[in-house]
Amino acid sequence: RLAIPCQDMPSQEPSVRIHNMAEVAVGYSGEQARVEASRCLQCKNAPCVKGCPVSIDIPRFIKAAEEGRFGDSLAVIRESSLLPSICGRVCPQESQCQEHCTVGKSLKDVNRAVSIGRIERFVADYERAKGTKNIPQVAPSTGKKVAIIGSGPAGITAAADIRKAGHDVTVFEAFHKPGGVLVYGIPEFRLPKSIVEEEIHTLEEMGVDIEPNFLVGRTRKLKDLIDKDGFDAVFIGSGAGLPKFMHIEGENLVGVLSANEYLTRSNLMKAYDPEHAATPTYKSRRVAVLGGGNVAMDAARTAIRLGAEKVYIVYRRTEVEMPARVEEVGHAKEEGVEFLLLRNPKRILGDEKGRVRALEVLSYELGEPDESGRRRPVPIEGSESILDVDTVIVSIGNDSNPLLKQTTEGLETNKWGNIIADEDGKTSMDRVYAGGDIVLGAATVILAMGQGRKAAAAINRMLAEDV
Amino acid sequence: MNKILEKRQLSEEVFRMKIEAPLIARERKPGQFVIIQKDTNYGERIPLTIADADPDEGSITIIFQTVGKTTHEMALSNVGDSFENVLGPLGQPTHIEKVGTVVCVGGGIGVAPLHPIAQAMKAAGNHVIIIMGARNRELIIMENEMKAIADELVVCTDDGSYGRKALVTEPLKEYCESSNPAMAVAIGPPIMMKFCAETTRPYGVKTIVSLNTIMVDGTGMCGGCRVTVGGETKFVCVDGPEFDGHLVDFDNMMLRLGAFKEREQEDHHQCHLDMEIAKKKRGALR
Ligand SMILES: Cc1cc2nc3c(=O)[nH]c(=O)nc-3n(C[C@H](O)[C@H](O)[C@H](O)COP(=O)(O)OP(=O)(O)OC[C@H]3O[C@@H](n4cnc5c(N)ncnc54)[C@H](O)[C@@H]3O)c2cc1C
Ligand SMILES: Cc1cc2nc3c(=O)[nH]c(=O)nc-3n(C[C@H](O)[C@H](O)[C@H](O)COP(=O)(O)OP(=O)(O)OC[C@H]3O[C@@H](n4cnc5c(N)ncnc54)[C@H](O)[C@@H]3O)c2cc1C
Ligand code: SF4
Ligand code: SF4
Ligand code: FES
Ligand SMILES: [Mg+2]
Repeated sequence: RLAIPCQDMPSQEPSVRIHNMAEVAVGYSGEQARVEASRCLQCKNAPCVKGCPVSIDIPRFIKAAEEGRFGDSLAVIRESSLLPSICGRVCPQESQCQEHCTVGKSLKDVNRAVSIGRIERFVADYERAKGTKNIPQVAPSTGKKVAIIGSGPAGITAAADIRKAGHDVTVFEAFHKPGGVLVYGIPEFRLPKSIVEEEIHTLEEMGVDIEPNFLVGRTRKLKDLIDKDGFDAVFIGSGAGLPKFMHIEGENLVGVLSANEYLTRSNLMKAYDPEHAATPTYKSRRVAVLGGGNVAMDAARTAIRLGAEKVYIVYRRTEVEMPARVEEVGHAKEEGVEFLLLRNPKRILGDEKGRVRALEVLSYELGEPDESGRRRPVPIEGSESILDVDTVIVSIGNDSNPLLKQTTEGLETNKWGNIIADEDGKTSMDRVYAGGDIVLGAATVILAMGQGRKAAAAINRMLAEDV
Repeated sequence: MNKILEKRQLSEEVFRMKIEAPLIARERKPGQFVIIQKDTNYGERIPLTIADADPDEGSITIIFQTVGKTTHEMALSNVGDSFENVLGPLGQPTHIEKVGTVVCVGGGIGVAPLHPIAQAMKAAGNHVIIIMGARNRELIIMENEMKAIADELVVCTDDGSYGRKALVTEPLKEYCESSNPAMAVAIGPPIMMKFCAETTRPYGVKTIVSLNTIMVDGTGMCGGCRVTVGGETKFVCVDGPEFDGHLVDFDNMMLRLGAFKEREQEDHHQCHLDMEIAKKKRGALR
């Protein structure tokens, strides 16, 4: 089986896709999915499963896929994951399930491991394309009410699992559309919004009530939801929506945007479609994106699609340390993004109109390893150089949005502002649970989903014991 | 859905609308604002101050000036239509307390957000002096409402077509000299707020301004609304909208307000054409 070639993901040609917003990876054919599935050794100890944060029974779903039983395959995945079409696309597989795959280990290349995510995506898409709706069974009404704050992956998952137990569920979302980062952050070319919309639609069909334009803390205080509005429990899945800045000179010039702003304008507000959308996007010719994570790749690739002539990624360490998924880095390169590694911005220079004119960067070299074991980049004296750009997109990550903490007495957070929660997601407040990025700090979709499920189970247990 | 319950045109460019928004009406306090998006799919999210609210009726009042595409489109909506999305109340409420004499300065459309603040200042037992200004007579709004609150009222226009011919900073300076105000509140175009702050600075009169930076989410997520206050970066939507005018970097803020000018001007031109067509249509129906 080790001799069976890896199945490449069919993708739009770079020269074509930089002119559209459509999904880059087109997806396996059924034949490809079966061939890729046949590469799996069905390991008894299944090391891959330990790499999956929600412990999907990977060998079992791959076996079904190999035999062409795609429906059964999806059913196996659904035992553990509620969002397979999404996670199959955006999971950092190479550092999760696939990192531990025996095939990858034997071939001494993690990129040649069984493409677990791609098979997962295929079976989920296959069933979706057939239009077979399987709305999960909802237990008879218990008359209990649960509030979910935020409609990202953590909130969506918690809502589904709590609703299944027969409780009334209301999801409060600050934005006008539900989905969290899946709709405002991750671009269409990586995750089509129609997929997220379908997941939301399924929730609605289960009887979950979704209230957009509702900012808990302002439209209503969290405590009032419990004390005045009769909610029996609350799950907080409010994400890590507070953009970090570098705090360097020139950061408030015109043309310096956070990746959150840049991506929200393009994705959620559809600024890439100026013919229809009222929200403008910043007109750029030459763009520097600061950072090396998924957010930075998404911003850089969006800039290319919005017509920038030159896009740089400026990153402090080397490519090995880049937190972005390997696939995204590869796609960005194919699309013409230039990587300036071991370089860090020093200051942003403006013209007489206060607009960005250039970025001054300092070069670095790798020094001794730091606490994390990564070699620490150290600046090289006098190595400043000037990058001619008119736009700087700051993509160095997100901290936790402080609004709920500020408006909720008794809700404890750590020094980074993340809500403190135990194994079950229980916070310092009675009946209040939390999960996802607001607890973990900026993390991943699958981890957020896993935490949503855990908290939902704990909430369901608590409500069952309630009299 | 947020149905438009009442609509009135206050001047050629200024409209007042009462909108159904029971949850916001219940929680809002003076100084707070909403984000409105007319159309979920393609609409723009724009911030507007809550000028008034009626919790019993479940309504809020907004007053806006037609300056570009979105405000023009809103002006073309009528009673019975709805704005698909209204989020709020956002921002920190004004800090209201009894301090003595408060000079409230409103420029142009800034009179609308000033109104609830002046009202609350009065209710807290302050001596309230109101200075309102506009380019010309046509653009003076809410004079009667302000008269009802003010202990003293000065109206001025740039061209002298109504009230005193002066910029608002003139009477403001006089009051700083004569009335020993404890505090000033200035709301209007950035340039006016900047000069109001400069006027009060030598007198050490604390001056609150309400900033109107460009916003997207209004919840602290995008950082598009950031300003420099006292050398630090602040997000207007969550840390503000009100700040100490003596600490705000107005020059940077004004530059940032122009970030999307090119596109806005294109759209604005189209709006005027649309408005003309709408007027003609109305004429034809008559
Ligand atoms: C650009 C970008 C790219 C990414 N790419 C990947 C990737 O490839 N793979 C991956 O695994 N992860 C990726 N991530 C990370 C991943 O998206 C997050 O870890 C995940 O979305 C967190 O889910 P969540 O449910 O905790 O919060 P979020 O998805 O952040 O959702 C939180 C929601 O809560 C709402 N909200 C916040 N406060 C309130 C309130 N007070 N009241 C009401 N609503 C509120 C917000 O509006 C938001 O909709 C990416 C993140 C970004 C920003
Ligand atoms: C907290 C706050 C309260 C406000 N209250 C009021 C009010 O009560 N009445 C009122 O008439 N106006 C108010 N404004 C300003 C109002 O939001 C803008 O006039 C409006 O967004 C213009 O939109 P437009 O599409 O019609 O015009 P455009 O042509 O798009 O813009 C005109 C100018 O408005 C500013 N602007 C553009 N987009 C935005 C945006 N998304 N957010 C904020 N400013 C923007 C820019 O400086 C721009 O050059 C407030 C702004 C803020 C931040
Ligand atoms: S959910 Fe993510 S980690 Fe788990 S099997 Fe699927 S792709 Fe791998
Ligand atoms: S480790 Fe790899 S080969 Fe083994 S069961 Fe998992 S996917 Fe299959
Ligand atoms: S409007 Fe986005 S952070 Fe203030
Ligand atoms: Mg506009």
